[in-house]
Amino acid sequence: MDFFSVLYYRFKKVWKSIRLYLVIAGPGLVVMIADNDAGGITTYAATGAKYGYHLIWFLLLLIPVAYYVQEMTVRLGAVTKRGHAEAIFESFGAFWGWFSLIDLMFVDWLTLVTEFVGMTAALSIFGIPAWVTVILVVLLMSIIVLNGRYWTWEKIALGFCLLNLIYIPAAFMVNPSIASIVGQGLIPNLPGGFNNELFFLLMANIGTTIAPWMLFFQQSSVVDKGLQEKDIKMGKLDTFIGSIITVAVAIFIVIVTGTLLNGAPIDDAATAARMLMKTNHYIGAFMAIGLFDAGLLGAICISLASSWAFGEIFGWAHSLNTKVKEAPWFYISFFITLATAGVVPLIPGAPLVLITLFVQVVAVTLLPAALVFLILLLNDKKTMGEYANTTLQNIVSTLIVVLIIILSTLYGISALFPNLFK
Amino acid sequence: MRMLKQFISKIREINQRYAKPKIEMSKGVSFSLAVLRIYLFVLVLLMIYKFITVL
Repeated sequence: MDFFSVLYYRFKKVWKSIRLYLVIAGPGLVVMIADNDAGGITTYAATGAKYGYHLIWFLLLLIPVAYYVQEMTVRLGAVTKRGHAEAIFESFGAFWGWFSLIDLMFVDWLTLVTEFVGMTAALSIFGIPAWVTVILVVLLMSIIVLNGRYWTWEKIALGFCLLNLIYIPAAFMVNPSIASIVGQGLIPNLPGGFNNELFFLLMANIGTTIAPWMLFFQQSSVVDKGLQEKDIKMGKLDTFIGSIITVAVAIFIVIVTGTLLNGAPIDDAATAARMLMKTNHYIGAFMAIGLFDAGLLGAICISLASSWAFGEIFGWAHSLNTKVKEAPWFYISFFITLATAGVVPLIPGAPLVLITLFVQVVAVTLLPAALVFLILLLNDKKTMGEYANTTLQNIVSTLIVVLIIILSTLYGISALFPNLFK
Repeated sequence: MRMLKQFISKIREINQRYAKPKIEMSKGVSFSLAVLRIYLFVLVLLMIYKFITVL
């Protein structure tokens, strides 16, 4: 009897924790899964096609990288109740504030253009014209955002996150050799030795794991959701689960393209989907649907990251819990960012390749600054109190941030000067 | 015109509100911000160089 009482008590405790997690879960899952945006899917598809399963071990290393950076935004948001843009303005003054805000606006808009490029390319595989895709996406996203409740928006976004898992059945359908995945993928190795091409792909994988908008988005999301200090533990768990899912999805994409398209030249995920269709119609269709969903998720988060940041600084009402009448500028800025970015892929001869390269370069100016500010803010004991970084957290996060800064800078410079590292 | 004036006055108000950084300017913070300034300066120079050479 005593045994059953203990079992029942433990079950109740675990169930209570699960229920609490389900209430708090959201910002971490959404930001991490949205991290696998259209550009990310292209990078993973190219990684699998070029190096097969050989770089899976490297993707696994990105779990702690993504987690340690993003969990800091959870603590900062829950303690200060301010978004990242407002925290930078307040702590570092107007110069650094404007620099971050204007840079964020550029990076977000350019990234949004690449999401629309991905979405239009994905649906073109099913014969849907680009202009129809753009109109549908703008309408769909406006409806999702205009419902006037953060909770509803988050649950719809989580629904799209679930669709991102479509790559998992796709990977099982290609019947990969488990022995090859374990033998080639889980033992650290550099296929073909360390060369410029491999270095560029490794940098691209890191670049797609941590993007500037993610820091701004998750912190603002934590604030809009109303997370408190007591919720930090669950918020961190949410981020950790999200970081595992995002890397798992990346690995499944690598398995798909590594199995069926090994050695094929892949410039973008839509090309990979078209090539996969020739091998297996369903897998190609899964790839295209996944690409569309990834672009949509990225667009949902990126456009909100900008609108939240502007609202914080200009003092506009800037919550998804407000109606259009209460926060007109928040919704207007959201719609303008979305619509203008959506128009670009429709312009005949638009320099889309140049825009993609420009995203990498501009992101390099913002990411290091945003990361440095993040660590400095997390060390401000006056504001953060007991939630400030510990020595161990500082060592780990500083190492990760320095690594990201060095690699993303090299990535940006290699985009500016493609022949420099050859 | 009225909107532009309102916008400019809003920018001024924001600049005044955030004129003084609230974070304690310890040696570590000052050093980090100085390194960040140099980093961004070099990066902007590289971009300008690229822009000029492309033209």
